[in-house]
Amino acid sequence: MGMTMTQKILAAAAGLEKVEAGQLIEANLDLVLGNDITSPVAIKEMDKMKVQGVFDKDKIALVPDHFVPNKDIKSAEHCKCVREFARKNEITNYFEVGEMGIEHALLPERGLTVAGDVIIGADSHTCTYGALGAFSTGVGSTDMAAGMATGKAWFKVPAAIRFNLTGSLPKWVSGKDVILHIIGMIGVDGALYKSMEFVGEGIASLSMDDRFTIANMAIEAGGKNGIFPVDDKAISYMKEHSSRAYKVYEADADAVYEQEYTIDLSALRPTVAFPHLPENTHTIDEIQEDIAIDQVVIGSCTNGRLEDLRTAAEVLKGRHVQKGMRCIVIPATQAIYMQAMEEGLLKTFIEAGAIVSTPTCGPCLGGYMGILAEGERCVSTTNRNFVGRMGHVTSEIYLASPAVAAASAVAGKIAGPEQL
Amino acid sequence: MKANGTVFRYGDNVDTDVIIPARYLNSSDPAELATHCMEDIDRDFVKKVQKGDIIVADKNFGCGSSREHAPIAIKAAGVSCVIAETFARIFYRNAINIGLPIIECPEAAKGIEAGDQVEVDFDSGMIYNRTRGTQFKGQAFPEFMQKIIAAEGLINYINNK
Repeated sequence: MGMTMTQKILAAAAGLEKVEAGQLIEANLDLVLGNDITSPVAIKEMDKMKVQGVFDKDKIALVPDHFVPNKDIKSAEHCKCVREFARKNEITNYFEVGEMGIEHALLPERGLTVAGDVIIGADSHTCTYGALGAFSTGVGSTDMAAGMATGKAWFKVPAAIRFNLTGSLPKWVSGKDVILHIIGMIGVDGALYKSMEFVGEGIASLSMDDRFTIANMAIEAGGKNGIFPVDDKAISYMKEHSSRAYKVYEADADAVYEQEYTIDLSALRPTVAFPHLPENTHTIDEIQEDIAIDQVVIGSCTNGRLEDLRTAAEVLKGRHVQKGMRCIVIPATQAIYMQAMEEGLLKTFIEAGAIVSTPTCGPCLGGYMGILAEGERCVSTTNRNFVGRMGHVTSEIYLASPAVAAASAVAGKIAGPEQL
Repeated sequence: MKANGTVFRYGDNVDTDVIIPARYLNSSDPAELATHCMEDIDRDFVKKVQKGDIIVADKNFGCGSSREHAPIAIKAAGVSCVIAETFARIFYRNAINIGLPIIECPEAAKGIEAGDQVEVDFDSGMIYNRTRGTQFKGQAFPEFMQKIIAAEGLINYINNK
C-alpha cells in the first residue's frame, strides 16, 4: 500500500520510511509562523516552558498583519509584544509595517516556503503553501509555542481525498471558483481531518496565484492541508523567489484515497457562496433575483495577489463603482502593491471610485477597514462568510472571485463580468 | 476526572467567529474573552452559564479560524466539557493543548437536549444523561493525547518530558 504526497512528506519529516493514515507522529518543522493575534498568546505560553529561547531563529516567521497598522491601543500592545519577542530572540523573519504583507501572500513571495517543507502556522490559512508542494497546516498558539521552542510538532497522519482536475478554466473563471465549487460539492466538513490532493492534467493551466487560492481554502472544507504536485510552473516560481533547496515528493501509484472526484475545469462557472457558510454555493447563472449590495472587498490571503488585482482592474477599467457603493481594494503585500502601481492598476481602481489600502487582513475578519453595519451586504473575495464575520451580526457576506466582486461593485448588485 | 453540568445545545458548524468574534481579539485575557463567549450565536450564554456546564453540538464544532481564544473563552466561561458529533481539526488540537476536555460522540449529540443534566467520565469515556436516564460511550483519546490531557496541556507535557 503506497503513500500519498502528504504522507511521504510527513514520513520524511518524522524520519520514518513509511507512515499510514491515523498514525501519530512527531515531525521536524521547517517553518513556524504566527501573526499579531496568535503570537502574543504563544509568547505567553513560551514563558511557561522549561526550554528557553527558540529552536532556530531563521525558521520562525512573525508577521503582524491582522490588525496592522495598529487599529487601536490593545492591538498596538499585541504588536509591541511580538516586536519585542522578535528583537529579543533575533528572529530573522519578522516583518514590520513597511515590509509586511498578508502572511500567506508574503511568505512564498519572500521564498520562505518551498516544496517538501513541513510548516505549521498559528493561522488557519497556513494551508496555502500546499500550492508549492509543501505540507502546511494551521494550528493554535500553543502548538506554535511548542514549535518555536522545540522545532517539532505532533500530527495524526491524514487520509486523503483526490481531486482530479481536467480541462482548463474559461475566461472570468478562476481558482476561487474552483475551490468554491469543491466546497459546495463536499461541504464545509467534507474533508475534515483529511488532505486534499489536487492532481491531473488540468493543473498545468492553473497559474500559481490560482493554486495559492485553491490551497488557501482547503480549511474551508475542513481539510488538514491542500497540496499540488510540483510542476515546471511551481519550480520556476520557487527559483524566482527563493534560494532555499526544495524537495519534490510524488504520491505512489498505489496510494490510497478515501474518495476521488473528477472536475472538468472548462465546465466551471463564476461561483458565489451565499451567507453564512462557504458551502452555500450558486453559479452566477443560478442567481435569478437582484441581490443589492453595499460594499465590495477585493483582497485577503485568498485573493489579494497580483493576478487578482489585474482581473479586478480589467473589469473596472473605464467603468465606475455604482453610486452609494463602497469598493475596497487591498493588495496583499508591498511588492504586489508596487507592481500594481507600476502597471497602472491602482489608477484604474481610484478612477473607478474604489479605494486602495495598505496590506492588512482588516475587513476579512471584521477587524477594521470596512466593517459592515446592521443588515448590510458585502461581496468579498475573502474566505469566510460566517455570521458576524465582517461586522454586525445581521450583516451578510457573499464570497466570490475578484472578477465577480469587481463586476458587482459596478452593478451595485451581485453580477458577473459578462452581465455588465 | 469527571464533568457534571447543565447542557447548552447548539447545531452544526458552530464557527470560531461566533464562539469569540474577532472584534474582541485585541485582547488575549481569558476572563475578558469569556465575557463575550458565544455572543453572536447566543446572547444569553454568558448570563446563564454556570461553572461546570456542558456544551453539546452537532457536526464540525469550532470550524474556521485557528484562534486559540475560542477554546480559551469557553474554558474561562466555566464550561467543563464540549461534546459534539465531530470537531473541526484545529479546534480539536487547541482544546487538547489548553486542557479543555472535549469528546466526539454522535449518539450523545443526538440524545441530549438543552437543559439536560449530563455527567461525563473522562477515564471511561462514558456520558450519562441524568435527565433522560440514558448513557453513551464517547470516543476515547489515543494514549498520546491522554498524556497531554493528564499533564493539563501540551506545554506541561513537554516540560515533563
